[in-house]
Amino acid sequence: MNNAYRIALAGNPNTGKSTLFNALTGLRQHTGNWAGKTVSVAQGSLQHKGNHYDLIDLPGTYSLFSNSADETVARNYIVFEKPDITLVVLDATSMERNLNLALQVLEMTKNVIICINLIDAAEKQGIKINEHLLTRQLGVPVIKVSARNKLGFPKLLDTIDRIITRAIECNPVPTIYDEEIEEKISRLEPKVKELWKDGPSSRWVSLRLLDGDEDLMREMEKRMGREENDESSRVMD
Amino acid sequence: MMNLQGLWTEAREQSSTEMRDEIVHRLYERSRKLCAAGVKYPEKKDVRTERIDAILTSPVLGFPIMLLMLGAVFYITIAGANIPSSLLADFFGSLEGPLENLFVYLHIPDWIYGILVAGLYRGTTWVISVMLPPMAIFFPVFALLENYGYLPRVAFNLDRIFKSAGAHGKQSLTMAMGFGCNAAAVLSTRIIESPRERMLAILTNNFVPCNGRWGTLILLSSLFMASHFTGGFKSLITTLVIIGLVMFGIVITFLVSWILSKTALKGVPTHYTLELPPYRRPKIFDTVIRSSLTKSWAVLMRAVKVAAPAAILTWIAGNIYIGDASVLQHVAQFLDPFGRLLGLDGYILMAFILGLPANEIVLPILLMGYLSTGSLTEAGSMAELKNILSEHGWTWLTALNMMLFSLLHYPCGTTLINIYKETKSKKWTFMAFLIPTVIAVIVPLMTTFAAKAFGWV
Repeated sequence: MNNAYRIALAGNPNTGKSTLFNALTGLRQHTGNWAGKTVSVAQGSLQHKGNHYDLIDLPGTYSLFSNSADETVARNYIVFEKPDITLVVLDATSMERNLNLALQVLEMTKNVIICINLIDAAEKQGIKINEHLLTRQLGVPVIKVSARNKLGFPKLLDTIDRIITRAIECNPVPTIYDEEIEEKISRLEPKVKELWKDGPSSRWVSLRLLDGDEDLMREMEKRMGREENDESSRVMD
Repeated sequence: MMNLQGLWTEAREQSSTEMRDEIVHRLYERSRKLCAAGVKYPEKKDVRTERIDAILTSPVLGFPIMLLMLGAVFYITIAGANIPSSLLADFFGSLEGPLENLFVYLHIPDWIYGILVAGLYRGTTWVISVMLPPMAIFFPVFALLENYGYLPRVAFNLDRIFKSAGAHGKQSLTMAMGFGCNAAAVLSTRIIESPRERMLAILTNNFVPCNGRWGTLILLSSLFMASHFTGGFKSLITTLVIIGLVMFGIVITFLVSWILSKTALKGVPTHYTLELPPYRRPKIFDTVIRSSLTKSWAVLMRAVKVAAPAAILTWIAGNIYIGDASVLQHVAQFLDPFGRLLGLDGYILMAFILGLPANEIVLPILLMGYLSTGSLTEAGSMAELKNILSEHGWTWLTALNMMLFSLLHYPCGTTLINIYKETKSKKWTFMAFLIPTVIAVIVPLMTTFAAKAFGWV
């Protein structure tokens, strides 16, 4: 079946990402407290409004630029496998730390939904989150949910549907760096685009180039070589 | 058209070391601004957590409290495990009579009785009665500390020391995991991003005793180190000896990390932010009871799975004679000179070698060896156990050396397999075997030499 859309779940460890995954797919899977317990990538499926979705539970990570095995798996999936939607799961009780990862994902891919989980726990603590303001400033839908008590699911599913049917469009607002870096990015970006038209976001690749991400270079080399070999038959892994 | 390599070179020329900092800095700053605009926190911050942290992570009190906590966990484990342990041993022992009758009734040959009861049954029930009670106490108590949020504070306290040893602060967490199981802890090193620091964590994880070694350490310590004391005081002395050993293991961890980070694994430790989560009341049933039970059960099954074949093998080796001695005795005699050098003996070394698959079975194998028939006595009383050991020339020094060897020696088979899977390197897996082994030889060599030179034994 080729009309299944792929949704990747990314997020920090301990944000209830796996709980959300289980609640959405009904697939039984262990959720853990230790960072990186969900190491192998779990998959599940979901039906909504006649569409079939495959959910991919990426390993929980604090960032997406380092070299840990978990981070590489998560990053490679988002930039190279290009899921139709990337769902970034945040912990409502520690937004500042969690938003970091969301900002990194926004640099990597366009169709992103920010899912603020554990909202009931946060509200109990007296934390109030203005999701409309965040939506405006980030340029992508921000939705509050509680995976544990299945709060906010209709809205989440509806948003997924509206992105897939192009009823709404995601326009991530990029993080702007200082002039020096921005200038270098603008010099590199066209060359990146020329080199690999359908590759990952050229702004993001430029940033990683400047950052000296050798691991990414090797990965790109590998993937570009593969693409040349079977240009026509690449659908998805 | 430009290729990837060219682009890389061009980017490298423009890049600087501050760039990564600037990128990370901007992301953090934007997160902060977004939160300032879109997230409202209640006026009252979590004063309770802050107040507790001021004590638990204080530069002065942090370490003593940590030691106290560690000591309390061990004391509860040691003192609490005694009675259920002997109850279990009695229970299994009492079943042996009926079992024997059954074998006689069914006219089953002696040698089958030997393998099944004297070898298999006694070996595995011994492991169960020695291991299960401490595990059933240690895991929940440790899980409680973990779930209350104390472990991240331990990481915080130890962070500076690990950094000055050239290692990653998170190594303290993987080290803590090692107290439960080194094989699992090797997997947990995935939380360390830098491959260099991850390797350090993997190579040194073995220097904290896993639960497979707790049994050996606790038993030997209470038999030989605290033998002049009784009651609660005995448990206290046992605990102190164990804490001393654990501290020694941790010192070795730092030392080896430091030496490696100055030689084979050169580098500067990377930065990371350690967020201290608020203290939370754990869900007692879900996380503490259930997880400890499943964990104890899993570890026990593994022990039994390994102990059963090892017990059979040992029994067979103890009952096949070449000349006037059994195979077991021949091997032990061969190893004896080297063992003596370390203040141990041939049987002890043989037990460690046969115990490679799992540390749990080292002591049972040793006892089977000593009883030369290759079978275990009814593992009943501790006094009897001490008699057996003393008859074979054991002193407190032998016990100390065996504890040190157990603490420092090569990782168990499962751990080595995991190390290979994680590092994908035969060389590093071998190093993970070699480094501890060399240290495990040097240290008892020194204690034995010192004890003899000063005339302590």
